[in-house]
Amino acid sequence: MTTARIERHHYDVVVIGAGGAGLRAAIEARLAGKRTAIISKSLFGKAHTVMAEGGAAAAMGNVNSRDNWMVHFRDTMRGGKFLNNFRMAELHAKEAPERIWELETYGALFDRTKDGKISQRNFGGHEYPRLAHVGDRTGLELIRTLQQKIVSLQQEDFAETGNYDARIRVFSETTITELLLDGNRVAGAFGYYRESGEFILLEAPAVILATGGVGRSYKVTSNSWEYTGDGHALALRAGATLINMEFLQFHPTGMVWPPSVKGILVTESVRGDGGVLRNSEGKRFMFDYVPDVFRKQYADTEEEADRWYNDPDNNRRPPELLPRDEVARAINSEVKAGRGTKAGGVLLDVSTRMPAETITKRLPSMYHQFKELADVDITKEPMEVGPTCHYVMGGVEVEPDSTAAMGTVEGLFAAGEVSGGMHGSNRLGGNSLSDLLVFGKRAGEHAAAYTDSLTKRPKVTTSDVESAVLTALAPLERPGGENPYTLQQDLQAVMGDLVGIIRREGELTDALKRLQQLKLRVAQVGAIGGRRYNPGWHLALDLRNMLIVSECTAKAALEREESRGGHTREDFPQMNPQWRLINLVCSLDGSGDVHLERKPVPRMRDELIQLFERSELSKYLTEGEITQFDAIEGPTGDAAIPGAKSKTEAK
Amino acid sequence: MGTKRHFRVWRGDSAGGDIEDFDVEVNEGEVVLDIIHRLQATQTPDLACRWNCKAGKCGSCSMEINGKPRLGCMTRMSTFEEDETVTITPLRTFPVIRDLVTDVSFNYDKARETPAFAPPPGVAPGDYRMQQVDVERSQEFRKCIECFLCQNTCHVVRDHEENKAAFSGPRYFIRAAELDMHPLDDRTDRKEYAQSHQGMGLCNITKCCTEVCPEHIKITDNAIIPMKERVVDRRYDPLVWLGRKIFRRDQLDGDGENMAPSSSVGVTDVAKGAPFTTNRGPEGPEVREDGRMDVTEVTLPTQGGPSPFGDQQFPLPSGRVAYQPPAPQYGVHDDGQDGDHGTDGHHQGH
Repeated sequence: MTTARIERHHYDVVVIGAGGAGLRAAIEARLAGKRTAIISKSLFGKAHTVMAEGGAAAAMGNVNSRDNWMVHFRDTMRGGKFLNNFRMAELHAKEAPERIWELETYGALFDRTKDGKISQRNFGGHEYPRLAHVGDRTGLELIRTLQQKIVSLQQEDFAETGNYDARIRVFSETTITELLLDGNRVAGAFGYYRESGEFILLEAPAVILATGGVGRSYKVTSNSWEYTGDGHALALRAGATLINMEFLQFHPTGMVWPPSVKGILVTESVRGDGGVLRNSEGKRFMFDYVPDVFRKQYADTEEEADRWYNDPDNNRRPPELLPRDEVARAINSEVKAGRGTKAGGVLLDVSTRMPAETITKRLPSMYHQFKELADVDITKEPMEVGPTCHYVMGGVEVEPDSTAAMGTVEGLFAAGEVSGGMHGSNRLGGNSLSDLLVFGKRAGEHAAAYTDSLTKRPKVTTSDVESAVLTALAPLERPGGENPYTLQQDLQAVMGDLVGIIRREGELTDALKRLQQLKLRVAQVGAIGGRRYNPGWHLALDLRNMLIVSECTAKAALEREESRGGHTREDFPQMNPQWRLINLVCSLDGSGDVHLERKPVPRMRDELIQLFERSELSKYLTEGEITQFDAIEGPTGDAAIPGAKSKTEAK
Repeated sequence: MGTKRHFRVWRGDSAGGDIEDFDVEVNEGEVVLDIIHRLQATQTPDLACRWNCKAGKCGSCSMEINGKPRLGCMTRMSTFEEDETVTITPLRTFPVIRDLVTDVSFNYDKARETPAFAPPPGVAPGDYRMQQVDVERSQEFRKCIECFLCQNTCHVVRDHEENKAAFSGPRYFIRAAELDMHPLDDRTDRKEYAQSHQGMGLCNITKCCTEVCPEHIKITDNAIIPMKERVVDRRYDPLVWLGRKIFRRDQLDGDGENMAPSSSVGVTDVAKGAPFTTNRGPEGPEVREDGRMDVTEVTLPTQGGPSPFGDQQFPLPSGRVAYQPPAPQYGVHDDGQDGDHGTDGHHQGH
């Protein structure tokens, strides 16, 4: 196999993924003076980030001046059930406002407050109105803003050099199939152009993974075809580790009817703005599902909950605004108890709560989407909703400050959904858009710095390229092989049915067995139709990534014998403080099998843990940890936060 | 369960291709993209088609369904008759790569040629202050999902490869309008630029772009017409421009606009204009450096008319075109179905 005819490029930094995290990373690498390539699996500007509706969480305090990074940090840790990497949560809460303000200098137009600042809205799990938003199309605004910023940098380069691509180039519709190493160091990336099927080799000392999530391994998902866990798999094969892969977020309210919109999300702001959940008997059931740890913050009567929308300081929040895993589980229980709709969902109703005009004004694209896609008028009738695979909290284990991947590999960075740790066991709505900005920037910055620290450029070896070519072409050599679409459906069935929202030991063991069988079948997958824009071939190549990541999820789900955030074990329904001390870390062993090990969760610094009250911590921490907490001197809880509302004031 | 329905799908590549016939199962509540996915899974694993979100938010699955530019994910099967054959073809304005996938790089090239947002000097991040009423106008255009259906349907470039070099298309007119209306954008020449560099003069306001926009952006009424009509005012009256930057819209006198009335059908909002311009009579158009004129309202009796071509059928025979577009020359159009772009048949605005 000759590799001489493969198109070669030399870059300082290669960013794989052109969603929010990838684009933000690329901007930063380019601003640091590095020649930067952006690899986009789809066209430029189509990334899954466009789907984010609610907003980007940042404690700017524009709507409620009591908000600050400490409150945001606390909400994030609570949401993640204290399994978050505290340092990532801290950096995220501190830096999110700057990242949002920066977007305005790129031309973003957020909705405004009366005094002309960026408006912020309420969202599940956030103590104060915190989400910068643009109607319900915040993700689109974000991706378009970053896309246009990249274009403007290219225009600057054009003015200077006469070439738009001189310092930053977008390779659209290009898929990376392999990372190439020189020893333990990243040396480049190998992939193909979807359009022509021709191969491409990018030599670069630093690679940033920003490939998003893994949802395509599930039957009902809000994720697009791109979400096949490419970055997770590339990282594993390069010697990096994955963390917390058992934690997948099932969005509580995806559409379940009609079929053409199955899996499409109904943004949580529908609930933030007054939407309520009812079962088929018409009961507003969320009041029955408030966990003890949240009792203090949530209303226990409909009357108090309804008062909260207008007077949040003197009433507790409606239980519809519980963190999304609680809502997902509540819906699942209602449906399993036979109180769901025919299509297996519950009813989400705004039509009886707000005038039609307010609904179309506040939720324009939601209204438009359902009217057009399903002929459902949300101002007139309730929506049928249920849990949908939405987001993976787990991902590449990274060093929090630099986003450098852990494990044996050097020169590999990860940001956004593909990285793990930041969100712990569950992500709060709105924290993903801010996450990808904060850590996207950090990834770009540190990848650029890493290239400066190298004394010599790592080299790609020809034999590695040859074997990458052979692997990529293999499905085309087997025209009579298994149909990739059938294989994908079978994988989705295994993951959806056996490693879904509610998990059991027996089913997980079964799933692992079936995944092994699928592995053998995927090795025999075939594709017909040549190399030019051939979706069958592309899927055949994606399958091995989906499979290896699914195996990590199933293994970790079997190992973690408790229920926490995005991981619910029917046989271990309680949260266990001992398990809070443990991260599950996956790596590949020499034979390419997934190896799982337990690693301790880093201990929070004193001044951070002091932001919580003892009574809250005692629900999460072991007795030994509580003893340590008691030994710390100084105020705790709200008293440790300047400007926070004190107990007496709240009454 | 489902019923079998008849589909015709164009298959081929840049070397050519043909419509192929398929019988596919269709279930209740499905959209055209669901059917394409079923075709891929059951009959044609290598059928090329772009898609991402399947929710009308990313603008990837643009195609022509029974000849109409549509998003596959937003076209419900229930909109067709039970026995209707559904014909799916790739976007016609862009070169085919394979099957339903076309080379849309034209659009990305035009995006690069459109000057980016110019941040106001001296305003620190976090200090940007804008009123909701002011950002809303630009926000309408930022709803754009870049499906390029407007670019595809625009007859200036559809079947007119020769116009592509000089014409950016509706997508980039709304980008220019968005920045023109951005309360803090530091550039003041967005309109002039759209006229002189983006080929906006070639647009004769047939509203086809508005009609196909899946986001229902009023491309013609709210972007193109204001950009065409106000170009003269802004060019000659810096005070008007300054006032617009300093005051919020609701603080300006009257409706805050200083432009000629629009007589085109269905014009709304800012484009409606005041009944009379108050400060001066008609003025001649600017002559460019090369001695030619941009397309202007000069051929019309009134300033700021609806279209440089009045109610004429577009395009005019080349001898009658009263302006010189940037090279290449505008060709004579065969009088086929695509010439049928009159302003009739559009519903009346309020």
